[in-house]
Amino acid sequence: MSWWTDVKQQITESPVWQSIFRHGYDDTPRNRILMVSGNVWLHLHPSKVRRHATRMRFTWCMGGITFLMFLITVVTGVYLMFYYRPVAQYAYADMKYLEFDMPFGMLMRNMHRWAAHGMVIAVWLHMFRVFLTGSYKPPREFNWVVGVILLVLTLLLSFTGYLLPWDQLAIWAVTVGSNMGRATPLLGHEGPFAEFVGVNALYDVRAFLFGGGEVGPHTLLRFYILHCVFIPLVTSLFLAVHFWRIRRDGFSGPAL
Amino acid sequence: MATSAAAKAGQTGKRIEVSIKKAIGPGDDKVHTWPHLVRAEFICALLVLFGMIVWALMLDAPLEEPANTSRTPNPSKAPWYFLGLQEMLVFFDPWHAGVVLPSFIIIGLMVIPYIDINPKGNGYYCFRDRKWELLTFIFGFHILWVSLIIIGTLLRGPGWNWFWPWEKWDPHRVEALTSVNLPYLLGLRDYFWSAVFGGVLVVIFFVVGTIAMYGWVVWLKGEEFMERWGMTRFFITSFLFLNMVAVLIKMLMRHMFNIKYVMETPWINI
Repeated sequence: MSWWTDVKQQITESPVWQSIFRHGYDDTPRNRILMVSGNVWLHLHPSKVRRHATRMRFTWCMGGITFLMFLITVVTGVYLMFYYRPVAQYAYADMKYLEFDMPFGMLMRNMHRWAAHGMVIAVWLHMFRVFLTGSYKPPREFNWVVGVILLVLTLLLSFTGYLLPWDQLAIWAVTVGSNMGRATPLLGHEGPFAEFVGVNALYDVRAFLFGGGEVGPHTLLRFYILHCVFIPLVTSLFLAVHFWRIRRDGFSGPAL
Repeated sequence: MATSAAAKAGQTGKRIEVSIKKAIGPGDDKVHTWPHLVRAEFICALLVLFGMIVWALMLDAPLEEPANTSRTPNPSKAPWYFLGLQEMLVFFDPWHAGVVLPSFIIIGLMVIPYIDINPKGNGYYCFRDRKWELLTFIFGFHILWVSLIIIGTLLRGPGWNWFWPWEKWDPHRVEALTSVNLPYLLGLRDYFWSAVFGGVLVVIFFVVGTIAMYGWVVWLKGEEFMERWGMTRFFITSFLFLNMVAVLIKMLMRHMFNIKYVMETPWINI
């Protein structure tokens, strides 16, 4: 096997290899820290954590699972975007096309849908766990607020995506779900005091969201852009803040 | 020690030897993130990903007929995570159930860390240290929010009528709409005085509720706690708490006594 050791050594000592990988895989304390601090993804973590914070029965891993669900929807969502046109006359046909003709189309669509539901459930359980352990207490108060914003964004992501299949389920769920817009006091045409403000079905907060008086082709494009571009971008920004704060404040735990 | 060693080193020109105090004892229970945490996360991610793939292979996402704005399904339901709000439409008008209450929920969640000044229970599971906080959260989240979602998803059929799981969803089922407003039930027939009565009742609920909550907190935690808590925190907490209780009261009134509104005016009904 000496030839193999030679080859390995030649590869790992070559300037190309060393320009990519800056440290080896030895299990030394120094290397363990470099594994985390030298890696852009892993350094979302501190290089050392308190022992209890690594245990599933403390964290339920729910924050991580929420983020994983987000990543699954991003990856599968990009795949779906290749085949889907947010135009009323094509959207439904594209769904059928995607389900029956595209390789792995149905699997990708299913994973996208179920991961979106899973993300809503996971984010609720994450919130519940954080409440149970009192992890929102100082110095982490603001990160809880960021978390609530992320919860709302999760629901909005899921809700805007609900319209895109452009089937009966989609438009009526969105119609019902956004009726709250039309009932908003002062801003919606069916809300209290609407007549004093002068809002009407074509000129109120729901019409602004829909791009018209009811769910229609204009709404489809709006929700598509909200779902695929705007809300994911905003969510990513808040995710960065959320993770950064955990990194700075450390994981919560009992006083030593 | 160190200064004298440095002074000595300065005299002799030799290397300074100062022993570094190692962090031992309860001050340091840290472990390396790699591999201890990363390993757990990786295994968890693999299992969840595997579960997701199996789920996606077994169960297809729904796709109904093409969108048709002239054919309204009965019932029309919002996505399941909003069905708690849709179910609240049974008890409140849309501006209240769909706009005011969700805003209170979001704001109420956001202010939790600022109104909870209990320093105990930070970073560990403990019921005894935070009994009331936990009971309130579990009541609001599990009893109200989740059970409303379950009712809205599974038990509401055509016409938003109540159907048990073993009953057929019959769109022609006749439901007598016998609900009345509270002032009417109590014998008031005049429109104006009904509205005044209802308005006074709502105000009384909040005033008496706030006073009762003040007394309760003082009885439970003592004057000293109330002083530390402060009036701003108290009023925000009691206002949000009373709104949550009001939802429960309105639900019970509707389900048990068929009461529709407590207060009815030409502009807003509660």
